[in-house]
Amino acid sequence: MQRSNDERKGNQMGLAVRIKKKLGDFCLDVEFQSESSRIGILGASGCGKSMTLKSIAGIEMPDQGEITVNGQEFYHSDEKINVKPQKRKVGYLFQNYALFPTMTVAKNIEAGLKGPKQEKKKRVDEMIRTFQLEGLKDRLPGELSGGQQQRAALARIMAYEPDVILLDEPFSAMDMFLKDRLQQELIEMLSDYRGIVILVSHNRDEIYRFSEELIIMDRGAVVTSGKTKEIFANPGKREAARLTGCKNISRIQRLDAHRMKALDWGAKLTLQREIPEGTAYVGFRAHEFIPVWGERRENCIRVRLAGQAELPFEKNFYLFPEKEKADSCGEEEDGEERQDMQNLCWFLQKDKWRMLEDKGMPDYLQFREEQLLLLS
Amino acid sequence: MGTIWDILNNLDWSPLWISLKTGAVATFISFFLGIYAARKAVKMTPGKKAVIDGILTLPMVLPPTVAGFFLLLLFSRRRPLGILLYENFDIKVVQTWLGCVIAATVIAFPLMYRNARAAFEQIDVNLVYAGRTLGMSEMRIFWTVVIPSAGPGIASGTILTFARALGEYGATSMLAGNIPGKTGTISQKIAMVIQDGDYATAGIWVAAVILIALAVIILMNLILGKRMKTVKRW
Repeated sequence: MQRSNDERKGNQMGLAVRIKKKLGDFCLDVEFQSESSRIGILGASGCGKSMTLKSIAGIEMPDQGEITVNGQEFYHSDEKINVKPQKRKVGYLFQNYALFPTMTVAKNIEAGLKGPKQEKKKRVDEMIRTFQLEGLKDRLPGELSGGQQQRAALARIMAYEPDVILLDEPFSAMDMFLKDRLQQELIEMLSDYRGIVILVSHNRDEIYRFSEELIIMDRGAVVTSGKTKEIFANPGKREAARLTGCKNISRIQRLDAHRMKALDWGAKLTLQREIPEGTAYVGFRAHEFIPVWGERRENCIRVRLAGQAELPFEKNFYLFPEKEKADSCGEEEDGEERQDMQNLCWFLQKDKWRMLEDKGMPDYLQFREEQLLLLS
Repeated sequence: MGTIWDILNNLDWSPLWISLKTGAVATFISFFLGIYAARKAVKMTPGKKAVIDGILTLPMVLPPTVAGFFLLLLFSRRRPLGILLYENFDIKVVQTWLGCVIAATVIAFPLMYRNARAAFEQIDVNLVYAGRTLGMSEMRIFWTVVIPSAGPGIASGTILTFARALGEYGATSMLAGNIPGKTGTISQKIAMVIQDGDYATAGIWVAAVILIALAVIILMNLILGKRMKTVKRW
């Protein structure tokens, strides 16, 4: 049922953004489009993702470009179109929620409503029920907990019935415990919402959990975009790999169609699949290593423990790649090159680190071929 | 003690009413003008703001007599504006109560403006943005979100403006003069009786000024204290 609803509306749905804005030394130049209704924008702080979101909402104005949402032009510099934020029907969830501090929860929810008093009151009561704010409606925002504030802010947005909801780092100011619960809560609260939702975050877990389509931004530009799961599985670009949480990235030298040398790890890797010409980096996620004791296998690397950290549910090992034996590598590596070598990260779940207690540190770590990310 | 009672019984209370009336009207005018100017200033570009801000703040840093000099130049009935006002509207400023109000407003206005501006600048700009994305008009955002959130700063600006207007002396004496029962404010009364060596009368007026000032500030603090208890300031 829900799906067919989505599809009927699907013709109209969509977001196309192409904007430029100069801010001192920083230059925002983004272009992307998406037909998905759950879009994530991932990027480090200061990469311009909030600025992009604010431009969509109309509270910042780009220097030039165009923004089209669900077929409606919000902004088009050539045609001098710049719809006021008041007319865009865009809900914006601010990082600090921006609840009006001198108004009660009920008044906050009512703030964006128009029409007869009775209808407004009905709508407010409905929102208060939906967002479980009963008993809090006469409180001021300062008297609410973080989670209650988020619900109130979302209720205020939903009462206004926006066509698009923009979530600007909604969890970044929260402690871990609260964060996890509120993420789930937010996803559930938005599950009935038919419009476009864009989540901006620097947290890959949040983005992965939430979005169908993903846009990765770095230094004011889009690095890559596509289906979230596909980008996480195959980021394609070095920056994308880093932002999706790939801890081990090395420059490579392509030897031939199936062999390459990872310069920062001092390892030669042989692949069944073909290595594209433009490949400049290889990435490998810290959880994917296979420990090997005894006999060396293919695509293995000898490592020396440089440091470790124990976390509640996993153990992080920081490993220094040992110099390859001349016989396995076919050529001698000089000392200078070793200076450039980087530590590898190996993250091990709690249930697996037990085997280390029996067998000791492995002699080699093996890269699984299918997990090697070829990056440009 | 007898002499004090004699003085009190025979005292001309007109300076008290003139000062309170002047202070109240000057504060009322400054309140709206100051908030209006502050709102404009907050939206200006930095360069423009620096210039406009300087001009609006000038009366506060200049000696009041300098402000009085300019006001006299402006409103004198031998000058264009003074002639215009008198001949077309029958309005006299020099040597009238209106002169008291204008002098006190000009001197006290910067306090209102600066306090309001500081309060506006401290407001979380996201509140304004949130209002806009919720479809609220700029006027509605200003009166229902910005002003209440800036409440403490605006209140303290109002107190200071009233206190300053109440005690204005320099510009007032130049523009409005010291006509007993008409433009003779408390400050001018004190200066006058001191010149006659009448310290007892001066002391009574000094006490009156202190009491009024203290009462106003305590009253405001009480009102604010009650209302601001639940407002979180960031």
